Amino acid sequence: MRFLRIRSLLKKYDHLLTIPVIIGALIILFWVITALSIDLWQPYDPLEMVSRRLQPPSTKHLLGTDALGRDVFSRTLHGARHSIPIAMMVVISAVTIGSLLGAVAGYSGKWIDGFVMRLVDVTLAFPPILLAMAVAAALGPGLRNASIAMVVVWWPVYARLMRAQTLEVRERDHVEAAIASGVSRTRLLFVHILPVCWTPVLINATMDFGQAVLLLASLSFIGLGATPPTPEWGAMISEGAKFFYYWWIALGPGVSILLVVLGFNFIGDGLRDYFDPRTSD
Amino acid sequence: MLRYIIRRLLAIPLLVFGVVTICFFLAHNIKGDPLSSLLSFRQLGNPEIVAATKARWGLDKSLPEQYFIYIKNLLAGDFGTSFRTRRPVLEDIADRLPATLELAIVSLVIGSLAGIFLGMLAAYYRNQLIDDGARLFALIGSSMPVFWSGLILLFIFSVKLQILPGPGRLDPVTDIPPYVTGMFTIDSLLAGDIDKFLDAVRHMILPAFVMAWSMMGIISRIVRASMLDVLNQEYILTARSKGARELRVIMNHALRNVMIPTLTIIGFSFAYLITGAVLVETIFSWPGVGYYAVSSTRALDFPAIIGVTIIGATAFLVTNLVTDISYAFANPKIRLGR
Repeated sequence: MRFLRIRSLLKKYDHLLTIPVIIGALIILFWVITALSIDLWQPYDPLEMVSRRLQPPSTKHLLGTDALGRDVFSRTLHGARHSIPIAMMVVISAVTIGSLLGAVAGYSGKWIDGFVMRLVDVTLAFPPILLAMAVAAALGPGLRNASIAMVVVWWPVYARLMRAQTLEVRERDHVEAAIASGVSRTRLLFVHILPVCWTPVLINATMDFGQAVLLLASLSFIGLGATPPTPEWGAMISEGAKFFYYWWIALGPGVSILLVVLGFNFIGDGLRDYFDPRTSD
Repeated sequence: MLRYIIRRLLAIPLLVFGVVTICFFLAHNIKGDPLSSLLSFRQLGNPEIVAATKARWGLDKSLPEQYFIYIKNLLAGDFGTSFRTRRPVLEDIADRLPATLELAIVSLVIGSLAGIFLGMLAAYYRNQLIDDGARLFALIGSSMPVFWSGLILLFIFSVKLQILPGPGRLDPVTDIPPYVTGMFTIDSLLAGDIDKFLDAVRHMILPAFVMAWSMMGIISRIVRASMLDVLNQEYILTARSKGARELRVIMNHALRNVMIPTLTIIGFSFAYLITGAVLVETIFSWPGVGYYAVSSTRALDFPAIIGVTIIGATAFLVTNLVTDISYAFANPKIRLGR
């Protein structure tokens, strides 16, 4: 019985489970598991000097050692601990704040709408990287402050998206029926409007996980995110750039970012094609 | 249409004002004391020097006062003085703008042409190996941090293969061409110096390619989708049944209609260009506005950070407006509908 149910479930999502989506999911799964379990199987301590400095890759140190004699492979795997949870936290916070404000704006209209949307307009007037840099610089370096800066940059996208959705859904029959049956405004918003609006937000958010990993790495690369000795991917590439001829220092973190972003993009693409067949073939 | 343009134009000064206000208060709520970027540790211990420096930079006044002075100066075109270079921020930016523009224009041209080409290729060979290959190539470009791809390409082509020069705009031993536009390729051509021109071009290949590659993903995706849409239209069938050659069908009939969505997306890639300028210039030691922004940020030089941000945001707003308007003009459905 149970087996049959899984099969029919698989059949239902047949169009979603394309090869890129499966590859993307496997990549993300690998990194999530690594982030959760790395302490149990790390080859070396990521913060300790374990060998001579600037050693090229060998069987002992798969990705060589960095300028302080730390094992680059262990540091790369540990990087998942920072990039992935922070990217997820940032996107989830941005989605929550943005879509709540957007939904309230679209739903209540009047001055609340005006106020929220002007705030959105001003925030979106900044080129994202410059706003993130300014906010992160004002708050001071560190991963926490970089995350705050990223949420500040990101929430308006979701506010705008959610507002447009809410305006459209508000006119639908089931909402009118709910109003006619006299439900409260809060219930109307949370039970009858928000759940219907989720699809585009979900697709956008999946794509944005990857973008968040990139932005975090960029901020760290500039020197505003992770501070030494944190094994964060962007900061590691920045160290690699200082020791330019020792190419292996930046190799691991760069490939890791590429894989994670690619993985999220594959999944996001798949979700978009699945929910909106117009853009696929 | 006209009303729409006027409304959008009127909004720009208000938005810029909002941007300025946010920037100002960000800069004045910093944890790191701006004085620490102005004075040495020993000087910070001397109250007289601290007081004099505060007075010199206007830091002794109250916050609202400083805000009004800043706005007043901005209106007069004065963005303040950089803590780091001790020069007016606007001059600093103006000096570095040509380098950024030169790189950005070349990147934009390469990125759009390659993106359009890849998108059309993918659409034409839909669901075949070429389609997958083109899409994957574009996607990889936008999934890599540009500062890393730049680093790796620099290592491969400059250090290992030694066929392209290292960072910078010209060979260190060459002196810069006489100033006309500030763009070394144009200036060296104007001076009739072909060798210098080729040197400038060779220095631009890697950074421009890295920036272009990061834009190809989004451009080729839109081109592919709209191309698929267009290729299914009846007038394409008509053109084919008239016996038009395939290349003509694509170039004459299909491409024109694909251009409308492409135009918008190229406008949107301005954000990519700014991100690219900041990160690519840093890794390639390209002395442009992006590199300036990063160095200022690292030094907590707030007048400079705010200046770059305000100018960047204004340029961003104007580009978005131009994109929206040209989109409306290019699309008869919108132009005639309103």
